Amino acid sequence: MVLMRTPLKIARQLGSAKEGTDHFWKQRVTAVANVFLGLFLVWLIASLVGADYTTVKLKLSNPLIALALLGLIVSGTLHMRLGMQAIIEDYVHSEGLKIAALMLNTFFAVFIALASIFSILKLSFGA
Amino acid sequence: MQATSGRSARPERPLSPHIQIYYPLINMVMSIVHRITGAALYIGSLLLAWWLIAAATGPDYYNYVVSWFATWPGKLILLGYTWALMHHMLGGIRHLIWDTGLGFDLKTIDILSWGSLAGSLVLTVLIWFCALNLGGI
Repeated sequence: MVLMRTPLKIARQLGSAKEGTDHFWKQRVTAVANVFLGLFLVWLIASLVGADYTTVKLKLSNPLIALALLGLIVSGTLHMRLGMQAIIEDYVHSEGLKIAALMLNTFFAVFIALASIFSILKLSFGA
Repeated sequence: MQATSGRSARPERPLSPHIQIYYPLINMVMSIVHRITGAALYIGSLLLAWWLIAAATGPDYYNYVVSWFATWPGKLILLGYTWALMHHMLGGIRHLIWDTGLGFDLKTIDILSWGSLAGSLVLTVLIWFCALNLGGI
C-alpha cells in the first residue's frame, strides 16, 4: 500500500479536520468533571428546597459553593456545546443551515455560561 | 468521457437500512435515550441559569421564579430534569467504561444498559424523597 500522507502529517496526528482527538478528549474530561459537579448540584438544590431567599443567598455566596458552581457552569456548558455540535453534525446536512446551527449552539452555550457566572459572582461580591 | 460533476449527475443509489428495521435492543435504546437526555439537559440549562439569575436579582423575583417551579407542571419538569441528569450521568459512566475497551461482552453490555436505566429511576426517586421529606440530602 502506498502511503499518501507525509511523515509530518502522520506525526501531527491532527487528521483532515485539523483537530485530532480534541473534541473527543474534551468531551471526556468535562464528562468526568460533570459526574462530580452534577451530583454537587443535585445536593445543593435538594438542600435548598423550600428555603427562603436569605438562606439561598447566604448559601450561594459561600466561597466553596460558588467555586463548585462556577466549575459546573464552565465544565457543563463546554460539555453541552460539544454534545449539541455532534447532534447538529449528525442531523443537519444542508451546509448553510449547519453552519448557522453550529454558530447558534456556541452563542447559546456562551449565553448560559456568562449569565450564570455573572449571577454567581454578583451573589458572592455584590451588595 | 462524460463529466460527473454537479448534483444533477449523481445517480440515485439505494440507502443503507436505518434504525427502523432493527429490533430494539436495550443498549441501542439506552444510547438513543442518552442523546435525548443530553439534548433535554441542554435546554434545561436555561432553568439553572434562570434560577441563578433570580437569586442574584433579589427576593421578589426569586420568589416569583420559585413559585413557577412549585406549580405541578414546574415540578414535573424538574422531576424529568432530575431523571434526565441521572440517566445521562450513568449512561456517560457506561460510555467511559467502554472507552477503556472493557465490558464489551454481550452479558456485560446488557447489565450496564439495564443498570443505567434502573439506576437512574432509583436515584431519581431517592433524590426527590430526600429533598421533600428530609429537607435535603
